[in-house]
Amino acid sequence: METDPVVQLVDVVAVLDRFPALAGATLTVRRGEIVLLTGPNGAGKTTLLRLCAGLLPPARGTASVLGLDLVEHREAVRSRVGLLGHSNGLYTDLTVAENVGFWGATVGASDDEISGALSRMALADRLRNVPVRKLSAGQRRRTALACLIARRAELWLLDEPHAGLDAAGRDELDAVLRAASSAAATMIVASHELERAGALATRIVEVAGGQISSKGHGHIRGQESGTT
Amino acid sequence: MTSFGVTKLVAAKDLRIELRSRVLLNQVLPFAAITMVLFAFALDQDDLLVRVAPGLAWLASLFSMLVVVQRSFAVEAGDGALDALRTAGVPAQGIYFGKAAALALQLLVLETLLFLAAFVLYSSRFEGAGVVLLITSALAASCGLGLVGTLYGGLTTGTKGRESLLPLLLLPVVAPVLIGATRATEAALGVGRISMQEGWAWVALLVTYALLFGIGGSIGFGPLVDDTA
Repeated sequence: METDPVVQLVDVVAVLDRFPALAGATLTVRRGEIVLLTGPNGAGKTTLLRLCAGLLPPARGTASVLGLDLVEHREAVRSRVGLLGHSNGLYTDLTVAENVGFWGATVGASDDEISGALSRMALADRLRNVPVRKLSAGQRRRTALACLIARRAELWLLDEPHAGLDAAGRDELDAVLRAASSAAATMIVASHELERAGALATRIVEVAGGQISSKGHGHIRGQESGTT
Repeated sequence: MTSFGVTKLVAAKDLRIELRSRVLLNQVLPFAAITMVLFAFALDQDDLLVRVAPGLAWLASLFSMLVVVQRSFAVEAGDGALDALRTAGVPAQGIYFGKAAALALQLLVLETLLFLAAFVLYSSRFEGAGVVLLITSALAASCGLGLVGTLYGGLTTGTKGRESLLPLLLLPVVAPVLIGATRATEAALGVGRISMQEGWAWVALLVTYALLFGIGGSIGFGPLVDDTA
């Protein structure tokens, strides 16, 4: 069944330092989809994520996220989207629970919601009261994802989520992303790790030269999602 | 969430981080104390020390403030938290006033201890009539320093060489606070030739300074941190 698009980009041009980082990108992402963005460095993957996060206005074309126009409602889009880049946005002197509680409080999340976010990322027990500075890279990434859940992000934009993680950390991250996807979170993941991230994705989109040049379906999840 | 709600949340978070890390206690206070002792060694005349004690205490406060401001923004920049807050659409005004409130409170603690040190080291005398003036001037100066420190801390965060850039930019801007707070304190302590009435006029300057930076910072902080992120 077709659902309303969470992301709808039509012939979007985005300019970074006078350089067209996106040159006529068209993409539709529907609720519950996990879209993998692949492509070489400088292809425009991160720009696409920043545009969808409301951090970069489209110079041309039409772009909407969660039904909100990206020119007129960028601030509103920001509050409903979660962008996780190379840093985690955590306070290392605070514990896992304090970090998740802080981010949840920015949207008025209840204690139950915060506990739920910790549980979904397997952080509710042993790691709950551990300061973030004592966590491994994988555990920090899970904490950052718990913060996205706590602040009710409806669209997750993950930029190279496996970067900097060892094999165990990558497996750990895949498990929590799989769990999150089963809870109908919509995700766009930019990654060079085609095999690993492709296993999670419902659809694979290739970005090259600022354009979306090809599309395909994810393999392992096996859900046939509509392409644009 | 409203800007006021974010202000309370960010201030509580910053104070919790400070209580956890104890940077004020373990690094800033010893630094300030050593500065005060060195002033006493350098100006080894009781009369002179009593006369300049207010200025020395405020000068030590300003130098110590640099460490507190740098620490306040180091915790934000370390793992990209400030960038993440803005990316998440958290109101910049709330972040600004929250960080400024936490900074002002820490400065107030610092100033209290520095003035106690001044009484001990410099044999300063304290007269009852100046209590209200001294407390009011310390409150107004702390608010002003918290607001301007947060604005310039946000400006330099994420820039190369921020450790040296922050003092270069901030110290000239806080000169009015140094002058106003010193004069008001002199009036409160009855040193120099400043009357109580003149002391209150200097407090008015401190309040005006805080208001101006409060208004300017609430407008400029968001674009500043967005640009440097």
